[in-house]
Amino acid sequence: MFNKKECVAMLLAGGQGSRLYALTQSVAKPAVPFGAKYRIIDFPLSNCVNSGIDTVGVLTQYQPFVLNEYIGNGQPWDLDRIHGGVHVLPPYQTASGADWYSGTANAIYQNISFVDRYDPEYVVILSGDHIYKMDYNKMLNYHKAKKADATIAVLDVPKEEASRFGIMITDEEDNIIDFEEKPKNPRSTLASMGIYIFTWKKLREYLIANENDKEASKDFGKNIIPDMREAGEKLVAYRFDGYWKDVGTIDSLWEANMDLINPNIPIDLYDPAWKIYSRNPVLPPQCIGPDAEIQNSMVTEGCVINGSVEFSMISEGVTVEKGAVIYDSILMPGAVIKAGAKVEYAIVGENTVIGENAQIGARPETIEDKDSWGVAVVGHNITVSDGGTVAPKAIIYENI
Amino acid sequence: MEVNMGNVLGLVFANMHDMTLGDLTKNRTMGSVLFGGRYRLIDFPVSNMVNSGISEVGVITKSNYQSLLDHLGSAREWDLARKKGGLYILPPFGNVESTLYRGRIEALYGAMSFIKNSRAKYVVLSDCDVVTNIDYKPIVQQHIDSGADITAVVHTGVYTSDEVKTSTVFNVREDKTVSSVLIMPDISGTCTISLNMFVMSMDFMLDMINDAMARGNVSFEKNILQAKCSELNIMTYEYDNYFSKLNSVQSYFKANQMLIDPENAKKVFVDKRSIYTKVSDNAPAKYDLNCKVKSSLIADGCIIEGEVENSVLFRGVKVGKGAKIKNCILMQGTTVGANAELNYLITDKNVTISENHALSSSPSYPMYVGKGASV
Repeated sequence: MFNKKECVAMLLAGGQGSRLYALTQSVAKPAVPFGAKYRIIDFPLSNCVNSGIDTVGVLTQYQPFVLNEYIGNGQPWDLDRIHGGVHVLPPYQTASGADWYSGTANAIYQNISFVDRYDPEYVVILSGDHIYKMDYNKMLNYHKAKKADATIAVLDVPKEEASRFGIMITDEEDNIIDFEEKPKNPRSTLASMGIYIFTWKKLREYLIANENDKEASKDFGKNIIPDMREAGEKLVAYRFDGYWKDVGTIDSLWEANMDLINPNIPIDLYDPAWKIYSRNPVLPPQCIGPDAEIQNSMVTEGCVINGSVEFSMISEGVTVEKGAVIYDSILMPGAVIKAGAKVEYAIVGENTVIGENAQIGARPETIEDKDSWGVAVVGHNITVSDGGTVAPKAIIYENI
Repeated sequence: MEVNMGNVLGLVFANMHDMTLGDLTKNRTMGSVLFGGRYRLIDFPVSNMVNSGISEVGVITKSNYQSLLDHLGSAREWDLARKKGGLYILPPFGNVESTLYRGRIEALYGAMSFIKNSRAKYVVLSDCDVVTNIDYKPIVQQHIDSGADITAVVHTGVYTSDEVKTSTVFNVREDKTVSSVLIMPDISGTCTISLNMFVMSMDFMLDMINDAMARGNVSFEKNILQAKCSELNIMTYEYDNYFSKLNSVQSYFKANQMLIDPENAKKVFVDKRSIYTKVSDNAPAKYDLNCKVKSSLIADGCIIEGEVENSVLFRGVKVGKGAKIKNCILMQGTTVGANAELNYLITDKNVTISENHALSSSPSYPMYVGKGASV
């Protein structure tokens, strides 16, 4: 028998992330590089361990190899534990058959026995595609104090943005009385962050009931939460006021990266009390050459920079040759930018080589038709030949 | 016969040459001296051993080894947290009157129970004073093929008397055998100096230690290499890859500076033969608006708002607005206040330089600021 755990985290990491296009062709969204030396999943994993949650199930399904290898035994996050720790949970075969995870609720349903082994009072459900620092323990205390059956973390968003989110309508005590998915005329500005705490006994009942309902879509937002509300369970909203960003699209991924170098955005990666951990590559410090100019950027280990870098995130092992210009861009691990190339408002994938004097993306002020402008994306392991161009907003899957 | 590196034991001497680096080794072993932006000197011999296929390594320490224990931990970062083999830290061991060793032989004698436990047939010994990326496999191979008693890794080059003064010097015959040995001689010019790395068979080493201890001999260089030079078959292995030998604060300064050139760095930080070190989970280095950084080696966790040129910044160094850093080595956690100006300075861990302060010295004698000091 395992030691009892008060709270177990289940991290939904199986999404394909199809709106990230070329960046998620070969890796699951949570394993997409982020913020120069991280991958997206580092944020929820680090939050767990910093919140004192030492048992995490990571539900994977789509392109799991990179993600599995990255998580490994969980040691970088201090999640290599004798009891608990991090466990990668892909769909598996049972005596009654085998199924892919058909929805977020179904993924948890298929792993009820995993959760049961720790006999927890509470379960926190997380997503692998959000960038934020949050103390889940505070939320758990709130859940306990409210004697809630389910607690949903919410963010107060500007009214004009509310229609992009799932909106929670609450009474004066923050009990959730209704909700709307991406409403045209939102009745509230409290957006769900996709972070739930459930009393496990309750959730377990609803997961089983939902699974037996053949019509249900096996989703937390569409089934479990509405079912619980209809049955009169106590649902409360937990207000979070820190930085939180969904990085499900090219634009939001790019923006969230840029937020890290914006002094007005409250996400601090340098706080020793709340470190974001990641699997560290074994690489030497960054070599900054005699012709380098770097401003307003983050650069990490193994880089050799001898060009101009501004407002950019440079991941491990990147080479920027003399005369190359990187502006408002994201270079993922191992990218090579040859001499004289210009990378502006672009995302360059892992181990991609940009040839000499190539032009990737463009600054918005140089484009007349504003609608045709956007962040350019060059996928992983691609070669752009010398002098090649990638138009703004273009997404490149193959060598050009 | 091709050598099986699984049969080789690595022994690293963490404290040898402590005296040569002055204040840098005041509170730590030579092996735990910080180097190259994110390393400690012991990372080089241990990583080289691991990359050469050695999976059992003993680290022999003498004094001030807290920082070394903290750094090596379970040795997971070097892939030496093993059930079979792995890394062992060997603090002084013995009876009351001889807890601190006086020479290499005595140090080995103190680690005898560990050494005897090993099933290895050959032993690679290394100090922590040479920064390089070396493959021990061809050296062990040469040792076996030549039938030598001792194989010493050497470099032949033109050296100043300052450099030779701290070294063991070999006179080598054409067939690579050693004809005589000079210890810390006062000479200069072309000579063959020891890189303080040796290969022996386990049997030879055990006999050598027992015999020397029985005679009250404690020095490997003096009582074995020099005294028994004609009796033993001592061979040299000429090493001509990139290396830095640290024998003074100046040479330490220069060896750090050399790594700023990516061409040199590439020779030490070789692809697929990585130099491993303890991970400290720093965020990436942040380059602020209006900062100017060129020709420098920068580690993660640095926040740079001022100007940095020709310098090595270790993890978590902060350079304030308007500060000017030139030709400096700033170790982990150094904070430089706004508008401070530093030239030819080495700061140890967690030094604070206050705002508007100017400190400058000369290339021939860089100034050193001790651990935790506030200037």
